[in-house]
Amino acid sequence: MANTGWDEFEIGAMLRTFDGKIDDIAGTLQEDRNYTQNSSFSASVADWRIEKPVFNKDFCIDCQFCWIYCPDISIIARDKKMIGIDMDHCKGCAICVEVCPTNPKSLLMFPEQADEESEIAGWPAKEIKEK
Amino acid sequence: MAFDKMELKDIEVWDGNFAAAQALRQCQIDVVAAYPITPSTPIVEGYGKFLADNYVEGEFVMVESEHAAMSGCIGASAAGGRVATATSSQGFALMVETLYQASGMRLPIILNVVNRALAAPLNVNGDHSDMYLGRDSGWIQFDAYCPQDAYDLNFIAFKVAEDHGVRLPAMIHQDGFMTSHTAQGVHTMSDDKAYSFVGDFKPMNDMLDFEHPVTHGVQTEEDWHFEHKARQHNDLMTKVMPKIQAAFDAFEEHTGRKYNIVEQYDMEDADVSVVCMGTSVETAREVATEMREKGIKAGVVGIRVIRPFPFVEIQEALKGVKAIATLDRSSPNGAPGMLFNEMAGALFNCEERPLLSGYVYGLGGRDLTKKHLTDLYAELQANIDAKKVTTPLQQFIGVRGPKLQFL
Repeated sequence: MANTGWDEFEIGAMLRTFDGKIDDIAGTLQEDRNYTQNSSFSASVADWRIEKPVFNKDFCIDCQFCWIYCPDISIIARDKKMIGIDMDHCKGCAICVEVCPTNPKSLLMFPEQADEESEIAGWPAKEIKEK
Repeated sequence: MAFDKMELKDIEVWDGNFAAAQALRQCQIDVVAAYPITPSTPIVEGYGKFLADNYVEGEFVMVESEHAAMSGCIGASAAGGRVATATSSQGFALMVETLYQASGMRLPIILNVVNRALAAPLNVNGDHSDMYLGRDSGWIQFDAYCPQDAYDLNFIAFKVAEDHGVRLPAMIHQDGFMTSHTAQGVHTMSDDKAYSFVGDFKPMNDMLDFEHPVTHGVQTEEDWHFEHKARQHNDLMTKVMPKIQAAFDAFEEHTGRKYNIVEQYDMEDADVSVVCMGTSVETAREVATEMREKGIKAGVVGIRVIRPFPFVEIQEALKGVKAIATLDRSSPNGAPGMLFNEMAGALFNCEERPLLSGYVYGLGGRDLTKKHLTDLYAELQANIDAKKVTTPLQQFIGVRGPKLQFL
């Protein structure tokens, strides 16, 4: 927020999400929306995270479970296809990993500093379940 | 949905509660969220009945506490509706946390407070403890002395609170039972005339404006909190009084009934004056007239607007007065009393500083009699004659046992 004086902001302990008028917000992708600096979408909370989810698309079946369950709308899906994670807003809660139904899982938690490519290269193999 | 209009006589016999309920009907409140409590119950009950009988188009939300009642009002007001409720005493106390939310969020909610004592000991009768509890909450506070005031001040309160240059919630106070349950003749307005005074509600940054989404009730820490509070205080100090005066003027034009920020009675040439609020103002006026027959030039100053405090108007009203008594109807619990403090603050830097003494009276509905006030005026005259305050600065009126006085 700009360094304005006490008499310059709008009254009412309120903040606007978008600059100007919006229409068809449901039909506009997040990256195309005119968010203000006051919207939480404009703020990164990546440093809240200790562990991060890594997405391995080789095993993903696009079931959308992670997209539905993510409490921070941080699973990015387009045309019902999982394409990645919004790392500015993901807080590392691991719910996406928990609900992922594939074998092996398509999402796994790793330390924040882990290298994604090498973790995907060493991804666990399919777990054989005893009958 | 259409609603029916109500035929009213020019003068109706109403108590303060029913007068307030009628005003809420005539203002066409969109949402009343309420948790009724004695002695304010008939206000929201009255609105509920008008709603059920199709005399108003709105919603009555039954909630589980006064905290929830004001929370419901805050939500409805932020959503963009005209909102009101009523409470008293313990219910008011439970509302306090949300009162600060409402004013900080700049929501023009109208709260009818039927003044009642605060426990313990439990007491349903009128004193000003709850009214005093709200004085730092950032609301505008109007004080009604009789059912007519309770009716009129509701319209005035909506007019002021909803003004986009103000946007602050307002309370209308009336004395529990003495005003709320005492029926008197009340001059009414027709439904059309009444509604035309307040006009349609004009929302501001409402949550139901889907083309301009807003987040209400945001968090600010040491970085921005001070600026928000400073802005609110600035508006209370500079913007509200002129709007109240304008509303009083407009109301006089509309109805012929005149209200003043500070109500003066026989003050032009007064030597002695009491400063008080609520029903005591009318008693004091009667006694002041009697004192004049006894040769004491007595006047009465009634506070009509408690917050923002009429600092300048009080100085003006008390100019030339030699001895002043403040009447506080709430236990100061370790201090001289709100009115005493405010009056001392207003008068301390005046050139001719009058003699100021404070009185605590009427707690829990204890009567203030004409005899009490006659004695009080006599004490003020004695102070003038002695050129100093001859009594302790704080005296209790009408309490059992040995005379109770301090300072």
